[in-house]
Amino acid sequence: MSVDRALEGVGGWLDDRFHGARGFRVFMRKIFPDHWSFLLGEIILYSFVILLLTGTFLTLWFQPSMTEVTYHGSYTPLDGVRMSQAYASTLHISFDVRGGLLIRQIHHWAADLFMAAIFAHMIRIFFTASYRKPREVNWLIGIILLTLGLIEGLFGYSLPDDLLSGAGLRILEGVTQSIPIVGTYLAFFLFGGAFPGNQIIPRLYILHVLVIPGLLLALVTAHLFIMFHQKHTQMPAKGHTNENVVGQPMYPYFMAKTGAFFFFTFAVLALAATFAQVNPIWLYGPYNPVAMSAGSQPDFYMGALEGSLRIMPAWQWVFFGHTFAFNVFVPALLPLGLVFGLAALWPFLEQWITGDRREHHINDRPRNAPTRTAIGIAVITFWGVLWAEGANDVIADHFDVPLYTITWIARIGIFVGPAIAYIVTKRICLGLQRKDNHLLEHGVETGIIRQMPGGEFIEETRPVDEEALAVLTARHNFPPALPPGDTAAGEVPPTGMRGTVGKVRQRLYRVVTESLPLPGPNGHGNGHGNGHAIEGEDGHERAALGPGEATGHGATGTGSTHGDTGDEHS
Amino acid sequence: MSNTNSPGSDPEFTGSSSGSAAQGESGDTAWQEYLTGGEHGAGVSGTGVSGADVSGGSVSGASASGDVEPEIPGTPRRVIGTPPPAVARTMLPASGHDGPQPPARELPAGPEDPVHAKRAERVVAACFLLSMLAGFGFLVAYSLIGVGTIEKVHHSNLALGLCLSLMMLLLAVGATIWVRHLMPNVELTEQRHPLASDRQDREAFKETFTEGAEASQFVKRPLVRRSLIAATVPLAIAPLFLLRDLGPLPGTSLDYTVWRKGLRLLIYGTNRPITPAEFSSPGSIISVVPEGYQDDFDALAKAAVVIIKFRPGQLQFTSENHAVPNKVVQNWTVDNIVAYSKICTHVGCPAALYEQTTHYILCPCHQSTFLATEGARVIFGPATRPLPQLPMGVDAQGYLIATGDFQEPVGPSFWERS
Repeated sequence: MSVDRALEGVGGWLDDRFHGARGFRVFMRKIFPDHWSFLLGEIILYSFVILLLTGTFLTLWFQPSMTEVTYHGSYTPLDGVRMSQAYASTLHISFDVRGGLLIRQIHHWAADLFMAAIFAHMIRIFFTASYRKPREVNWLIGIILLTLGLIEGLFGYSLPDDLLSGAGLRILEGVTQSIPIVGTYLAFFLFGGAFPGNQIIPRLYILHVLVIPGLLLALVTAHLFIMFHQKHTQMPAKGHTNENVVGQPMYPYFMAKTGAFFFFTFAVLALAATFAQVNPIWLYGPYNPVAMSAGSQPDFYMGALEGSLRIMPAWQWVFFGHTFAFNVFVPALLPLGLVFGLAALWPFLEQWITGDRREHHINDRPRNAPTRTAIGIAVITFWGVLWAEGANDVIADHFDVPLYTITWIARIGIFVGPAIAYIVTKRICLGLQRKDNHLLEHGVETGIIRQMPGGEFIEETRPVDEEALAVLTARHNFPPALPPGDTAAGEVPPTGMRGTVGKVRQRLYRVVTESLPLPGPNGHGNGHGNGHAIEGEDGHERAALGPGEATGHGATGTGSTHGDTGDEHS
Repeated sequence: MSNTNSPGSDPEFTGSSSGSAAQGESGDTAWQEYLTGGEHGAGVSGTGVSGADVSGGSVSGASASGDVEPEIPGTPRRVIGTPPPAVARTMLPASGHDGPQPPARELPAGPEDPVHAKRAERVVAACFLLSMLAGFGFLVAYSLIGVGTIEKVHHSNLALGLCLSLMMLLLAVGATIWVRHLMPNVELTEQRHPLASDRQDREAFKETFTEGAEASQFVKRPLVRRSLIAATVPLAIAPLFLLRDLGPLPGTSLDYTVWRKGLRLLIYGTNRPITPAEFSSPGSIISVVPEGYQDDFDALAKAAVVIIKFRPGQLQFTSENHAVPNKVVQNWTVDNIVAYSKICTHVGCPAALYEQTTHYILCPCHQSTFLATEGARVIFGPATRPLPQLPMGVDAQGYLIATGDFQEPVGPSFWERS
């Protein structure tokens, strides 16, 4: 057959030169586990591809120049207005190039989708703990990608040199200037002199179209190669173990599915670009340092930074002839630095706290690590408060609330919100675990009521099926306990467990690994006491940290305080 | 499905089965070996695919000759329409340890339900054809609908976008149905191997590395090592020097604006000078720019000013140059008109909003709020300093002029500001 001949002809020719037969065979049979949340990463990749394609199209007409011209193009409301070439050429793309407006809007929507998908993907990775060994490096690369994405987006929407983005650059200048000691110099180097100068657009342009995309491309490639090499994680399910990958092969299944997904992504972006106007720079007008309009908002991914600037009280020190502009550089650097820094450190911190140095290829269900999930939700709440504050004027306008009230709510909410989120999330997670335990112990309610000979009515239950069992019992992926710290017996504890550090670590261990144990192996139909006994007095829920198995060693107990639960089950 | 290859032609191409039509017991034995051997070689084994799943005698209406083959328990039956295993396979070393084994068949060749598949096939084809039509529609729309007016751009965007969306969407839907309804459903399991190399490999690596380090003399000869490190220092610093000409040094440029004594205040936009008489309705505000710098953005980024007219008695005055903080310097006002820098002292946005009833000047970027009647002191928001007041007077013709530059730097804080 012709396929045969092609394989032997072209394939043979290639194999003679590259020795690819074996490698490509393995590649074709690479297994891709299936879960809806695994698509988030693909959305990032495909929006990135679409960004590269549409971006290249835009460069064919865009003029990254701040030279002043008088506009005489098709957009008549701005006829005769003096503007920079950058702005004029953006108008040209929008109104005088066929398909230009569409591609420009796809580009902008794709950037928004790119960032949104990065956030969602990162949140997914965190809550399912896919960042654990051996994937810490990919997690770090992801955080760099997110940071680069923020910068790339900011520079990108600044290029048209319209009134809105010009204000963004003005803020960038103000923020740069506020950095102690070197700020003023940095600002002058960045803008080629005083703001606005005539250098910033061409400089941002080359960063936006070459330097940062190059870095993004390199890091995305590294990200994918590492993922490919380490193989995918999978969600807990029947037949999924830490030693296998279950799913469909690359060829032809994943290829076709992911190809379809590329087209879905493209279709959604094209639909958005067709029907949802985005960044209508012709309405904003060209940049002018004297003018500004109300309701100025950056793209959504910069919203938290904007809110951070808005929320800050007016604090500043002046001494020895120098100004420390806390009101600017603290909100500009601290909140995002805190979130990204904590995110980058977290895998290592968790490893140190729990002493868990094993490889993990089965994802955690968020409920099964209540503390981690609670921390994640707290951070998201923190970000969310800043983000909402970034639109405080819009909120004030729409909901008729005084502007300053909103800012004050945000000023308090930034501290209180995450705390409440932490507590509530933790309770919800423990509650969900309790529900899982209930299912394991008592089975699924069938809705069938039966009358017992004694006249008692009971509802019949049936045991959960194997698939559900595999999911429900996938818990306790933390090591059972840390080695003891300083003991009275005079034994020398291992390094890392001694002194204050050791005490802190023990404490953190108890918080981070807090989780309900699974009901005992014979827990099913074991009477009603079990679940409640485990919940136990004041937070002994963490009592029995099983050795990471799914088969109900949960109640083996790890110390004297937990003997009661252990007895209950054995 | 003709088999053109002679037996033994190319044993490496496992995917393209070849061989004679002569088959039977011997052929199937080879097939069985092939299967069992493959499991070791590939490390991949099918779980969701049983032999029964694979059989599907009616796949795509091919010949039913497969039925005559005897069934071997535990192995998938050969799929109809695929050629029988090659005799050539038996030419591989019988032991099976000397070379890679050909892989077992893991994917069924056809779907379980041919009727359903047939229907799916039509739907998929319809999607692809419609996608093609939408694609042509895109080309037609591009050719027929021009741009050049706002109206035309609107239509062009709608037509092009709709066609493009449909083209992509139908491709996506078609491909998805293809995968889900035409391709037989499989689930395979792949084994993971520990990521860490085994001990010998690590030891060997260490040895090789050490050998290399020794051979290079890098460790043994500190003179070479240290001089090399010394040589890289200027190399690392050089880029910083090269970037020095990115911009001039700030010097004291941020301390001054272009305002000076005698410069007229021109109305922003119309660029006309203004007299106090023309600007007589209390509560109004206009943006003004220095005469001669109307189009100089670098100058305007610092020199933009708003003037606001008040009723007598509304402004809280101080006589001299900020003798009392947070008051308006009376000498710098004309007829209850006061001039403030428009550049927000937070991060430099134009503080463009004014609320007549409260006399609040509000910066739209981060909502720093300044009280205009009291020297534009900050009453809310992240700004730390009042908007500086511009010394103002009138010239011989009665037009508003500056009587000097601002007495302090305008705009956002910076390190050198005292």
